[in-house]
Amino acid sequence: MIPELGNFALALALIVSFVMTGAGLAGAQMGNAAWMVAARPAAIALFGLSSIAFAALTWAFVVSDFSVSNVAANSHSLKPMLYKVSGVWGNHEGSMLLWVLMLSLFGAAVAVLGDNLPPGLRARVLGVQGGIAFGFLLFILLTSNPFDRLDPAPLDGQGLNPLLQDPGLAFHPPMLYLGYVGLSVTFCFAIAALIEGKVDAAWARWVRPWTLAAWSSLTLGIALGSWWAYYELGWGGWWFWDPVENASFMPWLAATALLHSAIVVEKRDALKTWTVLLAIIAFSFSLLGTFLVRSGVLTSVHAFATDPARGLYILLFLLAVIGGSLTLFAIRAPAMKSGGLFAPVSREGALVLNNLLLSTALATVLLGTLYPLFLEVVSGDKVSVGPPFFNATFVPLMIPLIIAMAAGPLMGWKRGDLAGVLSRLKVAGIAVGIAIAVTWWAQSDGPPLALLGIGLAAWLFVGTLIEFAERTRLFRVPLSNSLRRAAGLPRSAWGLLLGHAGVAILVAGVTGSSAWTVEKIQAMAIGEAIDVAGYSFTLDAVTEGQGPNYQYRRAAFTVRHDGKVYDVLEPEKRFFPVERNETTEAAIRSTFLGDLYAVIGDETPQGTWVTRIYFNPLVPWIWAGCLIMVAGGLVSLSDRRLRIGAPQRKRATPSPAPAPAE
Amino acid sequence: MRKLLYFIPALIMAGLGAAFYLQLGKDASVVPSALIDRAAPEFALDPIEGHDRPGLASADFRGQVTVVNVFASWCLPCRAEHPLVMALAERDDIQVAGLNYKDKPEDARRWLAELGDPYDRIGADQTGRVGIDFGVYGVPETFVIDRNGVVRFKHVGPLTEEHVRKSILPAIEALQK
Repeated sequence: MIPELGNFALALALIVSFVMTGAGLAGAQMGNAAWMVAARPAAIALFGLSSIAFAALTWAFVVSDFSVSNVAANSHSLKPMLYKVSGVWGNHEGSMLLWVLMLSLFGAAVAVLGDNLPPGLRARVLGVQGGIAFGFLLFILLTSNPFDRLDPAPLDGQGLNPLLQDPGLAFHPPMLYLGYVGLSVTFCFAIAALIEGKVDAAWARWVRPWTLAAWSSLTLGIALGSWWAYYELGWGGWWFWDPVENASFMPWLAATALLHSAIVVEKRDALKTWTVLLAIIAFSFSLLGTFLVRSGVLTSVHAFATDPARGLYILLFLLAVIGGSLTLFAIRAPAMKSGGLFAPVSREGALVLNNLLLSTALATVLLGTLYPLFLEVVSGDKVSVGPPFFNATFVPLMIPLIIAMAAGPLMGWKRGDLAGVLSRLKVAGIAVGIAIAVTWWAQSDGPPLALLGIGLAAWLFVGTLIEFAERTRLFRVPLSNSLRRAAGLPRSAWGLLLGHAGVAILVAGVTGSSAWTVEKIQAMAIGEAIDVAGYSFTLDAVTEGQGPNYQYRRAAFTVRHDGKVYDVLEPEKRFFPVERNETTEAAIRSTFLGDLYAVIGDETPQGTWVTRIYFNPLVPWIWAGCLIMVAGGLVSLSDRRLRIGAPQRKRATPSPAPAPAE
Repeated sequence: MRKLLYFIPALIMAGLGAAFYLQLGKDASVVPSALIDRAAPEFALDPIEGHDRPGLASADFRGQVTVVNVFASWCLPCRAEHPLVMALAERDDIQVAGLNYKDKPEDARRWLAELGDPYDRIGADQTGRVGIDFGVYGVPETFVIDRNGVVRFKHVGPLTEEHVRKSILPAIEALQK
């Protein structure tokens, strides 16, 4: 009964989304105030209906209602409750429903919080939002209904892919989707702006928080996925340039560019058409990211749920949304008033450079991801483009980006003083020298490129601190004075500090883990010891046992450092009888300089055990860097400027008062 | 002229769309194999312990068209494709051989007893060595081998009715001529 309610709610939601689109877009076009207003309750109703549908599906998973085909295919009565719930979105149908839920949540947020938006703009934004929801709902109802029944119902479900039964992956898709869907709001604003033919600072102020929120969630989502791959796949790697990873990385690159170009629109009233185009592109990549995984157009190790039968709908939908919006852009953008030109050496010039490098990087990733597809279309050959391509193209683009990242924030708007900026970065230059020297002393046998990476990280980190020190006049005025200044700085300044410093730490982590990883694979007898990176690992015991829905084999390694017992690592190999699948649970002990990482493999015929022991230098820095970046995004999001109403446009009718500042 | 520049993004999108469309109908499970049109690797495998089917060796491919199906009791998709392998075994112009990949004999026996045994011969590849020689990516996989022991077709992943109808059967029929 409850699944039918969910199904009914979905059908109603489809109708409501249609009304929302019609009322919003047509109402704004014809100046019909009643229709325009109607888009707001429609957005709220859409959110209510999607919530009911999502709750109904969650209920079916929680009580293990195997008469629902989706539950039978993806759940099992023995599964722990956390994974019953995360199983709701651990499959194609449920993840699409989650998408719609988030989309409608954001639509409702625009409807409720959008008091200070001009009514026409608001109606158009909601209209476009409704149209996207309509497309998704139709897709769900036509090709991937999560409420389809099974008759007769099986006695038990087939279980969830054990690789996905993991806390890291339980929250990876929702975070990623939050980011994808957040970009839909900026997309809607871009389309509304194209229809209205104007983009101004107020528009940019509305777009920026949504981009920031989407960017923060995307960063966290990608980091979670990468962290999961790191400890669950048991290879010690954390990024593989896999098509599915790229699919989430491309919207991130576009969102990062958008984040920065929106600043230029807001402060300098320039770069408008470019920003609109970026907003369209960012959301297009989000859609591509959602669908690339599902349609089977690209083969990937992640493709656990592909179905070519859905491909055609997906393609038509992508074509309508992306093709339609780009055509609208081609027709309307030339008419938009562009802002004045500006000097290449200036804050906005640096932001343009940032955008150029990021979009080139985006293009290389896109090329690397889709090249195999094109080659097959053209010549029928199958190739796979792996890390060597991306290392040779993507990494060189990041080098100038990071160099410029330290200098950009120090430049003034309109006209920067390059010589002055460079002289202020002297300390950063010294830091680079020290960092390279220390690295050389500690690890002289690594690749020379690693020294460059560490130098860049030091440059950016110290450069970012210099910028912050300048703002707070650190060392020039008494410390208490500086602290007061720091507290009084706009949150966006803190966001810049955290965001850029996070990137610096991330760069150091990436460099360390790709240059100096130590890996030892061997067969070990019980009691045998092995040395890795100055730590001695002794295999003490291998035991077997029973988890909630799996059997495990657990090894105990005693780790000694300088002769003293440092830690005990207990990696596991789990076998899930329902899904007949194995997973590897690496045991990881993080230290400041790197991770000790142990994996237990199979028993050899001689009665010894295959073990893999790694030392992964600076990997904790990767996660720390990502978390600091996310913190920067969130702090920036709480900026006062973004919370209070943007300055009102000149309008004939008096507008409602802006929301009071908190 | 400058206005035309604004159409570039839309044109790129159109190109991407066309490429996606052309790719849509293709099947990602057809992975090219280095073995195609080469002699199958030399091997000789014992039968599954305690199961009354002869073992499998490369010499057994001579003289008749053989479908080699790589399976294991621990592999869920194998269960899904099993009825199709059973149906293939109904044909008397071919030999259906099984490669029991990294499996325990008692599990394999129970599995075959439960689902039926379509195989004329089964080689027990407990270590997975022969699987490596055959370039097995993952279970299940299916090979079509001609009368001279040359691999002619390879399918990765579970078979569906469509795969059997569109690729396996035509491959077999072409070899019967």
